[in-house]
Amino acid sequence: MKEYWQEIHALTMRWVRRLSREKFSMLFTLVQPMLFWLIFFGNLFQRAANVQVTQAPDYISFLTAGVVVMTVLNNGLAGGVDLLFDKENGFLERLMTTPIHRSSVILSRFIFVMTITSLQVLVILGVAFLFGVQPVTGLLGVAAILMIGMLFGVGLTAISMAMAFSVKSHGDFFSVLGFLSLPMIFLSSALVPLVGMPAWMGFLARFNPMTWAIDAVRPLILSGWTEALPHVGMVVVVMLIFDALCLYGSVKVFRRAMG
Amino acid sequence: MDRSIAIQVSRLTKTYDGHTAVSDLSFQVYLGEIFGLLGPNGAGKSTTLRTLITLLTPTSGTASVLGHDTVREADVVRQLIGYVPQERAIDRFLTGREHLELLGALYHLPKAEAAKRIAELLKLVELEEAADRAAKTYSGGMKRKLDIACGLLPDPKILFLDEPTLGLDVQSRLRIWDYVRMLKARGMTIVMTTNYLDEADQLCDRLAIIDGGKIKTLGSPAELKVGLGGDIVSLTLKDQSKIPSLVSALTRQPAIRAVKATPTGLDIRVESPEKALPAILESANRLDCQLEFIEYHRPRLDDVFIAHTGRRIQDETPNAAE
Repeated sequence: MKEYWQEIHALTMRWVRRLSREKFSMLFTLVQPMLFWLIFFGNLFQRAANVQVTQAPDYISFLTAGVVVMTVLNNGLAGGVDLLFDKENGFLERLMTTPIHRSSVILSRFIFVMTITSLQVLVILGVAFLFGVQPVTGLLGVAAILMIGMLFGVGLTAISMAMAFSVKSHGDFFSVLGFLSLPMIFLSSALVPLVGMPAWMGFLARFNPMTWAIDAVRPLILSGWTEALPHVGMVVVVMLIFDALCLYGSVKVFRRAMG
Repeated sequence: MDRSIAIQVSRLTKTYDGHTAVSDLSFQVYLGEIFGLLGPNGAGKSTTLRTLITLLTPTSGTASVLGHDTVREADVVRQLIGYVPQERAIDRFLTGREHLELLGALYHLPKAEAAKRIAELLKLVELEEAADRAAKTYSGGMKRKLDIACGLLPDPKILFLDEPTLGLDVQSRLRIWDYVRMLKARGMTIVMTTNYLDEADQLCDRLAIIDGGKIKTLGSPAELKVGLGGDIVSLTLKDQSKIPSLVSALTRQPAIRAVKATPTGLDIRVESPEKALPAILESANRLDCQLEFIEYHRPRLDDVFIAHTGRRIQDETPNAAE
């Protein structure tokens, strides 16, 4: 057990070091969702968005939940990228010849991605706060938001890592990533509530796990516990199923790739 | 020399999606020797090596390292071996020291023990000064040295080197060869793949020539050369239409073992040059062959390679990529 922890700690610290050495890329990853979506998109649609439809005091406060979950989505889907590079340059092979538990590599990645994502969600909520968005459920609500984010992130990161191990080249990986990310966002309640969508998009969005996450985070920010609790309970169930499916599929891939 | 067995490979076969990479391979590596797997790219040497270091599971057959099966006891094997991969498996954002510290934790070394070994290794591979710089600032040779230090960190009983000098400049190659010899002198068993004949010839105590997934021959470089039976006289003829008649004239002569026509002349394998050379010259003159060039040499590893695989190895000379 002590050895297991030593491995996980060392591997997680490696990801942290890598990130801290890539200052420019770190800044970009951290700032992008806030800048592009929350600040630009949020303010841009301030007057164009219909308050009757969004059921929120202003568009930014409606959008915050969407941006939080989008960040979870993008970080999760990109969570396997570093493993992909490790696979391509032979570093993974070097790790695999050491007497470590195979799962340490995967776990270190989960820990790292979840931590970074949580920090980012906190920063987004902080920026939203500056624009007057105050989660009505308080700190406990923020904790619930982080929990929902992690539940969703685990499944996504698992998919991403499985993809990293399965693709032939990193070109393929990034194509799939680019292809998945935006439709997932548009076909969810991130930018427009389900009731405000064209019927067919709203129908598809109902099958998107992202919608469930957003519909639980949004009342935590806008409405309060009584409104939020049923959604939170529901999302926990949905996410547990989602994670179970993702993990089941990816563990098979990990086993094959790492022996 | 100690003849106890370090590695035992028995009837190893590995197929990927219907393609056979390695077929029914059996060999042993003795404790304390430098054992080479020599062959062109795609011959199956990497597959063999990767099976030994527990990265691949054989389709059939077994491999054991110091008596431990590479599949059933993979974890034990991993404790006993060090591996220096072919690609520069370096994280460009980490420093040299951080690479070694990471591996120290993965081999579960206590901090103090790891620090001591890391200091020794950095000194050994002359990377002390660059130890705290990110690896992306290293030259090709320095990266290779770091790779080797990484492979040595677990203080392995057996070190596996995959194409250790591929793409290195001459200076760095010689440096790497020195390390390998020194490690052997310390009692380490070393298994390496290479497609450089000179490297195999210079470094390996014994080597297996692999081509098309099979071992073509196995022995010490000297044994393999002697095994070809005799020295070689190569003739180049001005008048190439005379080649067939010269071949038949020489074939039955004493002291000549084998005669083979080449595009420009003949390769003649002789028992002793003193007896054979006059006979060859006499026949050539009698047939008015107009010799353009005569070359006489002891068998080299190239000849061994050609004799057993029917072709020349690619990439004979290192191309300095740096």
